[in-house]
Amino acid sequence: MNPDIDAILNHLREALPDAAIELRRNPGPAEQHSLLVEAASLPDVCRFLHDELHFDYLSNVTGIDWPDPAKAEAVALADNENETKEETEESPPKPGFLEVVYHLYSHRDRVGPLVLRVRTLDRGENVEIPSVVSIYRSAEFQEREIYDLFGVRFTGHPDLRRILMWDEFVDHPMRKDYVAPDDFEYEPTPHDAVLERAKEHYPS
Amino acid sequence: MIAPSSISNPTLEGTDDDQLLRVSLGPQHPSTHGVFRMNVVLDGETIVSLKPVFGYLHRNHEKIAECGPYLHSMPYTDRLDYICPLTNNWAYALSVEKLAGIEVPERAEYMRVILGELTRLINHTSFMGFILGDMGAWGSALMYAFREREKILDLFEHLTGARMMANFMRFGGCRYDLPEGWIGQVSTIIDDYGPFLDEMEQLLIGNEILLARTQDVGQLPAEKLINGGVTGPMLRAAGISYDIRKVEPYGIYDRFDFRIPLGEKGDCYDRIMIRFLEMRESLKILRQAIDGLPEGDFIHPKAKLRNFKPPVGEAYGRIEGPKGELGFHLVSNGTTDPYRFRVRAPSFINLTLLEDMCLGLDLADVVIILGSIDIVLGEVDR
Repeated sequence: MNPDIDAILNHLREALPDAAIELRRNPGPAEQHSLLVEAASLPDVCRFLHDELHFDYLSNVTGIDWPDPAKAEAVALADNENETKEETEESPPKPGFLEVVYHLYSHRDRVGPLVLRVRTLDRGENVEIPSVVSIYRSAEFQEREIYDLFGVRFTGHPDLRRILMWDEFVDHPMRKDYVAPDDFEYEPTPHDAVLERAKEHYPS
Repeated sequence: MIAPSSISNPTLEGTDDDQLLRVSLGPQHPSTHGVFRMNVVLDGETIVSLKPVFGYLHRNHEKIAECGPYLHSMPYTDRLDYICPLTNNWAYALSVEKLAGIEVPERAEYMRVILGELTRLINHTSFMGFILGDMGAWGSALMYAFREREKILDLFEHLTGARMMANFMRFGGCRYDLPEGWIGQVSTIIDDYGPFLDEMEQLLIGNEILLARTQDVGQLPAEKLINGGVTGPMLRAAGISYDIRKVEPYGIYDRFDFRIPLGEKGDCYDRIMIRFLEMRESLKILRQAIDGLPEGDFIHPKAKLRNFKPPVGEAYGRIEGPKGELGFHLVSNGTTDPYRFRVRAPSFINLTLLEDMCLGLDLADVVIILGSIDIVLGEVDR
């Protein structure tokens, strides 16, 4: 059963007046609407949801790569007032971003999923989101997976390492612009170095 | 509120560091259920730290799914948890149906319940064989279990053409109708299953070795299990009544009369016994589903297989798989391919608390605890 998201939003706004939280409508038939939470206030929001509203079970954490922010807006629709305001301003094109989506359930009240979404500033350097592992332990491996495959850095995670790819791997394969190398296992061998040195002695 | 435990940074104070032994358990080890590795630090025989290492079977299932149409992922979901492909199919089909708002005809819902519960029987029966293997009784119990599993696999082969890689569900129903005489065969199997379970329970319940190895091993407080995202029989063995078939009845589960067995302590013994009880409940559901199976369409007549484009939006759908909550989070941007395809794999997330369960126990207990979590690496690594 989907939770009453308007009531939850009111509770959150009352308890955490400083946190920037927006309601986003899901245009699809699933009607799982979401709350877009500012990254900095995510731990406070999660703590409040866990302690006060009994959302004690974080089921799923999904990473999504949005190189084109317009697509992200289409999947999670903002309220109409905000939309018109942005259109008139003629702001420069927004950068793409990475998004992390949390699905919360309540064991006690048997409701869910409560969908939270958090966005990074861009897809390059500013990809930090606070970790929620201290509130929801089930995020531990899932956040590691998103770090591994998308490159979101979860600050405060107790053990942020690659989990599915090997430690020496450099890129983030779930990003939309990822290009797989021709040869995953290429590494210069000592033999190549020897050949290079040999060239100095025997000019062709 | 549970603070992140000391697990991730075990303090080695009070122990003579020279005496610690670092063991890499796996990936080629018969008791790790596939290519799973644990970096274990031992003080004598006692576990001081345990770090799971994943990824040996990683093929980036999610990326593959995002590079093709929705239906193209259906056969791939068979390969997630390859012991129970039909529940994987079901979870995926259910999520896409949520995403696109597709109706499923009555007959298809009944077929799905029958196949889903048969899959649960397969999974729990094989589990019995494997866990006994982990305790050193390699062979006999597994052969008994596989003998019964084989009968159900024959049914699957009859229906879908494949013993394990079924690829049977479609968005809005199933691929074919049931062949003639198939339901009769299911009834025979259900009738024989009760005596088999009696026999198996007799073999296990009073066994002194089983009791000694499993009782009071691997318990954790209920609150911690919920916080750690543990689902399925693992959670219910600790006495928490949370079964998605009851909590959020998907399909037609609200029509059947069945109960949710609960354990008391949540040790490995309870985890084994809870699966016996669940199989008996599955038999009840199966009998009711066979009796109630209506005539009609096996797939929605307007279900679209080619050029299928769900509307823009997202959906998270979940079912109670044999191993726990199996969920799919799908994001559609209105094209034929999913923009984002995420698998919430129960085996993977149930492993989060593996280290907490093992700390302070002997190395031999790790094998039992890992067995009692019931993982399949196809799903862990994806």
